[in-house]
Formats: sequence, C-alpha cells, structure tokens
Amino acid sequence: MTAPHDVRTAVDAAYRDEWGQVVATLIGLTGDWDLAEDCAQDAFAAAVATWPRDGVPHRPGAWLTTTARNRATDRLRRDAAGAAKLRQLAVLARTPDEPPMEEIPDERLRLIFTCCHPALPFPARVALTLRTLAGLTTAEIARAFLTAEPAMAQRLVRAKRKIQEAGIPYRVPPAELLPQRLAAVLAVLYLIFNEGYDEEGVRRALTAEAIRLTRVLVRLMPHEPEPRGLLALMLLHEARRTTRTEDGVLVTLENQDRSRWDRSLIDEGVETLDQALAMRRTGPYQVQAAIAACHATAPDAASTDWPRIATLYTELARLAPSPVVDLNRAVAVAMADGIPAGLALVDELASAGRLDDYYLMPATRADLLRRAGRSAEAKTAYEEALRLAPTEAERRYLSERLRNL
Amino acid sequence: MKYVLLICDDETNPPTNEELAADPVHQTWVADLERRGAKLGGERLRPVVDATTVRVRDGETLVSDGPFAETKDFVGGIVIVECANLDEAIEIAAGHPYARRGGVEIRPVWE
Repeated sequence: MTAPHDVRTAVDAAYRDEWGQVVATLIGLTGDWDLAEDCAQDAFAAAVATWPRDGVPHRPGAWLTTTARNRATDRLRRDAAGAAKLRQLAVLARTPDEPPMEEIPDERLRLIFTCCHPALPFPARVALTLRTLAGLTTAEIARAFLTAEPAMAQRLVRAKRKIQEAGIPYRVPPAELLPQRLAAVLAVLYLIFNEGYDEEGVRRALTAEAIRLTRVLVRLMPHEPEPRGLLALMLLHEARRTTRTEDGVLVTLENQDRSRWDRSLIDEGVETLDQALAMRRTGPYQVQAAIAACHATAPDAASTDWPRIATLYTELARLAPSPVVDLNRAVAVAMADGIPAGLALVDELASAGRLDDYYLMPATRADLLRRAGRSAEAKTAYEEALRLAPTEAERRYLSERLRNL
Repeated sequence: MKYVLLICDDETNPPTNEELAADPVHQTWVADLERRGAKLGGERLRPVVDATTVRVRDGETLVSDGPFAETKDFVGGIVIVECANLDEAIEIAAGHPYARRGGVEIRPVWE
C-alpha cells in the first residue's frame, strides 16, 4: 500500500515523462493515432486505479506501455478490421506484471517528425505536438491558443486524418531530408516557447513544455547541433524572463536587473551552446543562442561585446535572412561603431519598406536618435512606435521614454 | 486525342463513394463511358484539405500544406503514381519540370 499522495505524484510524473513515449510506441505498433491516444489514456487510468493497491511499478514507463499495448489488443480483437493490426501486436502482448525483457525503443523521434511534417498546416503541427508528444489535453491547448475547444479538436482530427489519408510516413526522415525536416521541428518547438514567453497562467506553461520537449529532442539526437542550439537559446531567454517587465512596463535589456537573472539557467545555456558549437556545424539557432549568451554573460550593459554581436548578426543574416535580423544588426553596429553607422543601416531598411507597420522599426530609430541627442526626430519616431506597439507593456515603456525626452 | 477530366465541386456535402455509385445520374454517365469505351483511367481525389503542394525554387524543395491555389494557374495534367508514402510522392513531384514553372499538387486517391 502506497500513500495516495505519493501515488498521485508518481502518476503525474509518469504522465509528464512517459505519455509521449506510450503514444509513440502504440502508433508505431498499430498505425492508428486515435487508438494509440485512447489506449494511452486507458493505461494511465489503470495506473490511477491499481498503483495505490499494488504499488508503483519499478519501471512505470514499461508498465504503462505494456498496459496500453494490451488494451489495444483487446480493442482490435473486437473489431474485424483490426485483425491485421492484431497480428503485429500479438507477438508483443504480455501482462503488465512481467516486465518486457527487451528495451522498448524510444519512438518519440518518429512521432515528432511526423507531427511536424511540412504537409500539415503549421498550427496543426503545433497542436499535434502538444497533444501527442507533450500530453496536453485538447482543452488545455485550446485555452493556450485562445481558440474554442471544438475548433481545436477539429484541427487535431483533421491533422490526424491527413496523416493517415495522405500517407505521411511515421518515421525519422532519411539523411537527405533531415536538415530541412529538423528545421521544421525546431520551428514548432520555438513557436511553442515564444507563445508562452511573455505570458502568465496556462499560456506560460507552454514555455516549460517547449523546453521539456527540446530536451527530449537533444537526448534523442545527440549528434545534431541545432537542437542543442535551440535549447541553449530557450534557456538563456528564460533566465532573464522575470526581469523583462516591471509593474507592467517593458524593461529593455540595458536596464534589466542582472542580479535577478537566473545564473543556473545561464550556465546551462552556455554549456549547452558550447556542446553544440563543438560539433562545428553552424546553424541559425546556435548563432541566436551565441548572441543571447553575449548578453547573458556580460556583467553589465556597458561591457556588452557589441562588435561580436554585430558579427553574429551578420552571420545570422547569411543563414536566415530577414529584415528583422537586419534591424537587430543595425542596433549592434550602432553600439559597436557609433550611432551614425547604425542609423544609416536603419534608414536603408526603412527605405526598402519591408518593415512598415513593425513597431520595433520606429522604436529602434527613436532609441538611436535619442542616444544621438536628436530629440525632435526621436519624438516623432517614438510617437509612430506608440501607434504600432502591440502590447500594453510596450506602450507604457514608449510613453515613458517620450515623457523623458 | 486524350483528355483528362477534372471533376470539380465546392466540396460542400460531398457524396460518399457508395452514394455516388447509387446515384442514377452517375450510373448513366458510367454506362455511357463504357459504351463508348472511353475511359483510360481515372480516380476520385481526396478533398483539398488532404492536398500537399511542392515547389522547387533555387534548388530548394518547398513543401506546403493545401492545394496549389493561385488562380492564374490551372491544372495542366495528371500523373497517377504508386508510392510508398507522401515523402516519395514529394520526391517524384519535385523532379517534374512543372515544379519549377508552377507547382505540382499531390492528391491521394480515394480508395
């Protein structure tokens, strides 16, 4: 007899750690995503029912997988069309008390590549990853993305149907497809992270989920540098999250209280980045993490290594060209080589017109003009930024700047 | 002369294969084709939600969800291929010259 509280903790921990693997294994065995989810659910219900009486099994993951597998066998037996699937399963069925002798292979890598297949709509990739791999409920995902639950449920149903009907393979892509497909997986994980980053409550949990899933990916693909790059980037951002606003006002990097940055996250981020860089295959996440590391390891704003950051942005612009990257590079150049050099780059970008309506464009110009002492022009730019700023915290920050000109 | 007929609708309340087979208008159409001996091959396609479009630009294969929807383009031909999975179909589609000129829409056959 185990104390109910301990069992609850054990089930919760197993849910967090094993859900994705149980689902992934069942999909691998049956090819049926709904059946896999249902049987995984049943296995966790069985754990809640029997673990208090029988104790928490030595290997909860193996117990859950075996139980889910047996559930699938039962269900398929009742279903005539399930006969073929059943034959594959029969060899593997056993009772949960006899732990499987073989190591259950980790199927989660196949699952994540399938969830993030480019033939699926991007929002569906995100939802499917959170549902099947992270084990969030449809209701939780709907709340996190401010969507009605039936709409989210339908998105998941359609995605699973497309996987089945369009013949999206359940596999880790072969080497020639890997760079592109891995980039798609990382994009999904980074989006999940960013969705939760500046939030509280249910949305905030997305950031933790993204870090957890990226850790799993790093473990499953130890020889790929970019998952490590992304993990490092997430950890370095997360380290300074709590200092990014104060009383609902945005606090810029320069003015953040560095003593409140999370040292252990920064250390882990830097170490993870070093492991990635040691593989000597650069990529956009590693470069972004390197930039974040420059900021996170500078003892104060004045000692930031701006020339190095400018070089890294040049590298990033080569690997993943975007006007936003160019804008960031302009700031780094301004800080490294002087405001006029940076302003010239910003004006060049402005005349190209690709960042119209992007509030950081006038906000950046305003900030550089303010530093150059050109208050009148700075005022106009701040006012324009204020009109375009998407969040209250940003608007408050800009208003304050405007007042202090 | 050979023709490819693309049977189109707006996909609201589409009939099932069984409903279609039971439809007298469809039965008449099938009988007519048989009488003429005109049918070389054809398949019903899954709806556009199941479509995948492949383009190759600057040597890079771009895969996107959904149909090839730019209205200035029209379907110029169909090829029926037997593949292991969608990735193989994407590979074949990417090799076609029209993947560079326009795009190749992959639609699974409704079996």
